[in-house]
Amino acid sequence: MGSAGLARLQGLFAVYKPPGLKWLHLRDTVERQLLNGLNAGKPPAPEQRVRFLLGPVEGSEKKELMLTAMSVPSLTTHRLVRGPAFTSLKIGVGHRLDVQASGVLVLGVGHGCRLLTDMYDAHFTKDYMVRGLLGKATDNFCEDGRLVEKTTYDHVSREKLDRILAVIQGSHQKALVMYSNLDLQSQEAYEMAVGGMLRPMNKSPMLITGIRCLHFEPPEFLLEVQCMHETQQQLRKLVHEIGLELKSSAICRQVRRTRDGFFTLDDALLRTQWDLHSIQDAIQDAAPRVVAELRKNLRSGVDSQQLPSAEQPQHSKGPSSTVQGGSCAKH
Amino acid sequence: MVILKVTLRKMALSAQQIPRWFNSIKLSSFINSVQLTKRFPRAGQTLSHGFSAPTQSSSDNCCLRWGFKTYWTSSSRNSSQDADSSRQESSAAHHTLLPCGSEHSGRMPSGDSELPLEVSPLQPVSEEEAALISAHASLPAASFTLRDYVDHSETLQQLVLLGVDLSKIEKHPDAANLLLRLDFEKDIKQTLLFLKDLGLEDNQLGAFLTKNYAIFSEDLENLQIRVAYLQSKNFSKADITQMVRNAPFLLNFSVERLDNRLGFFQKELQLSVKKTRDLVVRLPRLLTGSLEPVKENMKVYRLEFGFKCNEVQHMITRIPKMLTANKKKLTETFDYVHNVMSIPHHIIVRFPQLLLCFHLAPGKEAWRLQTLMSVPHLHCSPEKRVFNTRLFKIKERHQFLTYLGRAQYDPAKPNYISLDKLVSIPDRVFCREIAKASEKDFEKFLKTL
Repeated sequence: MGSAGLARLQGLFAVYKPPGLKWLHLRDTVERQLLNGLNAGKPPAPEQRVRFLLGPVEGSEKKELMLTAMSVPSLTTHRLVRGPAFTSLKIGVGHRLDVQASGVLVLGVGHGCRLLTDMYDAHFTKDYMVRGLLGKATDNFCEDGRLVEKTTYDHVSREKLDRILAVIQGSHQKALVMYSNLDLQSQEAYEMAVGGMLRPMNKSPMLITGIRCLHFEPPEFLLEVQCMHETQQQLRKLVHEIGLELKSSAICRQVRRTRDGFFTLDDALLRTQWDLHSIQDAIQDAAPRVVAELRKNLRSGVDSQQLPSAEQPQHSKGPSSTVQGGSCAKH
Repeated sequence: MVILKVTLRKMALSAQQIPRWFNSIKLSSFINSVQLTKRFPRAGQTLSHGFSAPTQSSSDNCCLRWGFKTYWTSSSRNSSQDADSSRQESSAAHHTLLPCGSEHSGRMPSGDSELPLEVSPLQPVSEEEAALISAHASLPAASFTLRDYVDHSETLQQLVLLGVDLSKIEKHPDAANLLLRLDFEKDIKQTLLFLKDLGLEDNQLGAFLTKNYAIFSEDLENLQIRVAYLQSKNFSKADITQMVRNAPFLLNFSVERLDNRLGFFQKELQLSVKKTRDLVVRLPRLLTGSLEPVKENMKVYRLEFGFKCNEVQHMITRIPKMLTANKKKLTETFDYVHNVMSIPHHIIVRFPQLLLCFHLAPGKEAWRLQTLMSVPHLHCSPEKRVFNTRLFKIKERHQFLTYLGRAQYDPAKPNYISLDKLVSIPDRVFCREIAKASEKDFEKFLKTL
């Protein structure tokens, strides 16, 4: 069971991290559950050793002892002597979530850890549901922090909130274009921008590709944020800044990730499902999508690098852009 | 001929490195080997064609030694001398616990000194004799694992058949050395018979010995004195069996230490003698573990949580594990239960299992249900678990019930939900009976937390 089980345990899967649990403890718990599952299989048949021992020779009158080859059972591979067959597993964690945040967390097992790097390099966007509360401001932007100030929020309306969110999205869109390193003067880059496929394929600060308010009932409001290269604390700071823009104050009550790349809430396994069989099934279900998406993103990443970059200095722009424009025209 | 001489020299070297365990094997096997060596000269004629039926496995060990001994002592008189001296050696080895290198190495020179006189590596040997010399791979003189010795030591084989987990014992080098040097017939059998008299079943001996291998170094008289002391304190035989099974180290404690511990619990908890006895029988770990966590937990219950003395006594007699629970997890769970769920003290006293962390692995809740209420102390695996499973379960279920509007824990009001049912029952039953919702809804709700 063990080695066959291990063969099916290579790949990526998503887990739903509950709030209040450190990602490292989650990873350790998953590893322990998988090891329990792998070690629970039937132990193999006891090994036999061939030894040359003295045994009586048949067919001789005298009582003689001869060296004969005999297969004797050996206890060296017994479960109680060798210990458990599996003692550790390579499990990696994708984009991390901090303690108070919850949501989809991608883990990789065995060879899947390599795919985690590919996922990171593909620079996928992530969806968050952020719940905010108007009227208070704390030092760590959460409910359990030290209270800094209290304000009124009667003047806050849905239109004001939407206007501020639109301003935020606009400014982040500009940053998006800048960090994508693309010259928007070219046709291909313009089409990508229009299609919303513009993404920085290297390091950048937090970029919000989309933000909208789903639910507004003062003092509570619910935002849906699509972003990349973020940390959850930066999202909480965003809520605080929205409160300041609204001339009030706000704290963040809940940060929940609903999508990480192509892993959604439906793929995420709950705490009661963190055992060997569920994880193996989840890996198998996700495998074709993982391959397809990573291949698509790898190709689109290569394409965007071939497009003219906006960073080239002005004097050399003329000849190089025509050369690259010529090469682009081929495909 | 040259090849034969080289192999003979290698044999000489390997014979010098006879491992130290060699001297602590069975006496009977020595005797067998002596008889075999006497017969060796006649067997030298036939070569090893055609492999015949295997001998009994009990002669396996003696054959191995025989392989060494034949090379050493091609004449019988030396073998008998060896057998005598090593018989004395093995009886001496039983009472020593530390590696007695000096005694064993004392054997070597005398054996070696015979070697050059009897068989020098340059001495020609007949073809038949050479073919019958068995060159076994020598055992490593030192190893980090008992795997290397298990096939050659009957003690270890018998222990594995009993169910003792050698992979755990080999992590303690002193224990491994001790077990290698002990003789099954002489020492281990006596202790095993004593344990069986106490009432431990055969299938429980393995788990017991894995934990408490040190019992082999205890005197049998001391163990009997301690059992007599426990009986004098009115613990019945079945009680003592249960205590020893659940706390394997109990009989390693001296009488006065046990006395002190029992006295401490009686004074600290201010319980009657009978109740203290019941407590100790249900959780014998109290007697063997450290007392500091117990004192800490008592202070936590009284000062931090604000329970009254009689409330604490009631909770402890219901569930003794509360004395040894993890302080941090206890505080977190109590904080949530009392402050967020607003459950007052007198209801928590009625359901103390709410505060305790039973490490329930996912998917095992069905069979845990039966054991949960009856056995207050569940065996947790030795790895350190930082995950407060109980708190997460309480949080999830409470939030689900609040969302549905069914979170009513006051017995006086209608639609009351009993707190013992809140965490102890599995998810499926909880959804169906208490929350009156489907499992899919519960899972969808969990993904919104």
